[in-house]
Amino acid sequence: MSEVIHTDHHAADYSVDQHAGGQHGPEKGLARWLFTTNHKDIGTMYLWFSFLMFLIGGVMALIVRSELFQPGLQFLKPEFFNQMTTNHGLIMVFGAIMPAFVGLANWLVPMQVGAPDMALPRMNNLSFWILPFAFGIMIWTLFSDGGGPNFGWTFYAPLSTTYAPDSVTYFIFAVHMMGASSIMGSINIIATILNMRAPGMTLMKMPMFIWTWLITAYLLLAVMPVLAGAVTMMLFDIHFDTSFFNAAGGGDPVMFQHIFWFFGHPEVYIMILPAFGIVSHIIPAFARKQLFGYDSMVYAVASIAFLSFIVWAHHMFTVGMPLAGQLFFMYSTMLIAVPTGVKVFNWISTMWKGSMTFETPMLFAIAFVVLFTMGGFSGLMLAITPADYQYHDTYFVVAHFHYVLVPGALFSIIAGVYFWFPKWTGKMYSESLGKIHFWLSFIGVNVTFFPQHFSGLAGMPRRVPDYALQFADFNMVSSIGAFIFGFSQLFFLFVILHGIKSGKPAVARPWEGARGLEWTLPSPAPYHSFTHPPVVTDAEVHG
Amino acid sequence: MSNTHQQQEIMRTVKRLCLIVLGMCGFVAALVPLYDLFCEVTGLNGKTGGPYTYDPATTRPDTSRLIKINFITNTNGGMSWDFWPEYGGVRVHPGKLEEVSFFVKNTTDKVMMGQAIPSLVPISATEYFHKTECFCFDQQVLQPGEEMEMPMRFIVGRELPKNVQSISLSYALFDVTESMQTGDLTGG
Repeated sequence: MSEVIHTDHHAADYSVDQHAGGQHGPEKGLARWLFTTNHKDIGTMYLWFSFLMFLIGGVMALIVRSELFQPGLQFLKPEFFNQMTTNHGLIMVFGAIMPAFVGLANWLVPMQVGAPDMALPRMNNLSFWILPFAFGIMIWTLFSDGGGPNFGWTFYAPLSTTYAPDSVTYFIFAVHMMGASSIMGSINIIATILNMRAPGMTLMKMPMFIWTWLITAYLLLAVMPVLAGAVTMMLFDIHFDTSFFNAAGGGDPVMFQHIFWFFGHPEVYIMILPAFGIVSHIIPAFARKQLFGYDSMVYAVASIAFLSFIVWAHHMFTVGMPLAGQLFFMYSTMLIAVPTGVKVFNWISTMWKGSMTFETPMLFAIAFVVLFTMGGFSGLMLAITPADYQYHDTYFVVAHFHYVLVPGALFSIIAGVYFWFPKWTGKMYSESLGKIHFWLSFIGVNVTFFPQHFSGLAGMPRRVPDYALQFADFNMVSSIGAFIFGFSQLFFLFVILHGIKSGKPAVARPWEGARGLEWTLPSPAPYHSFTHPPVVTDAEVHG
Repeated sequence: MSNTHQQQEIMRTVKRLCLIVLGMCGFVAALVPLYDLFCEVTGLNGKTGGPYTYDPATTRPDTSRLIKINFITNTNGGMSWDFWPEYGGVRVHPGKLEEVSFFVKNTTDKVMMGQAIPSLVPISATEYFHKTECFCFDQQVLQPGEEMEMPMRFIVGRELPKNVQSISLSYALFDVTESMQTGDLTGG
């Protein structure tokens, strides 16, 4: 307890500095956000940016679902439909989920390891400010002659080379910018975690969110250059008459798929590992128990990260692969279920006989465990090579990856926002509004995506603006769910703004079961925290 | 722990991480040749090799078995030429040189250039299917309405695995007129 007082004492010092107009406070006006090197400011900008992208990507999803409400072509031309599905995927993956996790990392990594800021604050500013320009360029191409990206978020060659719209060059440039931003962000996060932990916080005492982000950042460093290489080869094929992916010139379009998925599979784990970390904070807090099996959680994340590099061809079982290859990728994919199962059972064991309460973050976290596991199971079905020949490129795949990304990654982000909201703003959100948001989202997401399992098994292909009549009912249900889910996220915005404006003041530790250095800081966390390293006590660390 | 010491540690970490990024960039650059090498060694993508030379004096046909060779022709999307083989299939002894003809006809009113790309199944036969002459080794330029007979001479290696009884050789014909217009192959 004396340590808590100790850190509070320091925090109080800095809040005094701010009130005295000292050099530690934020600048006024726009300059604060343009030139800031403060991890909290940058984290806030990342989170708001990702929310904006989430809304834009969400509008695109609703445009798609409107067209699919009934069979036949109602609102859109097929060309524009393709641009909507493509940009929905790209924006949600690279613009919403990934920046949201980076925003959470910016807010939480320094506070959870007891560091004053990120290791490289100016580079931190740069990695954020690249993003609005990257996405500005990409979205702007939608309004150009010939339209924007229309080749699916996986941009398979030759759709993205020989048959691509002229604007594909801008798309390539935007992807390069996003990659540069991600690499800089990852370097920053790793450098902070490895060098700036408070004395006494050994690696195996780090919070799970720190562990998952450390491993995620290494994944990003490893695969972002691969993505950059893939788009660079596209650029050369388009403008410099090379034939990397052009069969007529001796190249191989299948090689594109291999390179893309060598990036792409680790990429999908980049979008879920930090979610595992967040949930591993929330469930112990509201079960009022220590995380069950901390060590096994760490090893499970590391195993999943390793396995992510040797499973990529399960995305392309149908391209024509020798039997040995199909068997290898089938078994290695199924192997991932083992560490993932370890994590799921650990979360359940954490809740077992806990004194559970069901505040909004906990509701989202429990929904995460249940629905992510369902997405994991449909993933296991897809891993079975002979069965995949039926499921490949159907709505079953769409249902699978939306179950792991929406009630998976996205729910964990929302849970994290509710969980740390009091620490960020110093206010409590309205619990009853939060619960309404949860139930609307939970119902919306299942109504949207559950029927897609059935339409997929029945043979409805993905990425089509029109479909056979027998899929009409499932699609209508799906579209209704999508609008419920979409508008409930506007309600989320309202809950957040309402909380910021008229929430009740939050105490330093608003959740009695929450542990970690960030809760030893006052709420809202002072602009500069842990300028002197805190003392790490057993009460605040895992392990 | 002093602040400058920590800064040094951070810069050391950053340098190591930059090495990872550079290493991965090098890995991507190596991926393409590695992929080609992998396919060549294993025959995985069914691409048959370039011109083959052999010594007829030392190569005896293996008359104990007959291998069925199927020929499949198709044109890539947007390629409007007609393209067909002389025979849908032939039976050959391994080790014996055979010749078959393929035909193309430019059905358009423009001068066009085509390039055929081979692919073969089963992949375990890829490295034993040798061509001494093939139209796929270069491009064909056809005047409007022109038709052309193109010979292909091949020999199936005697070492062909015993379990392979038939081989399907497919050619996809691509329109490469654009690379003719850019001037690098106008001599053809």
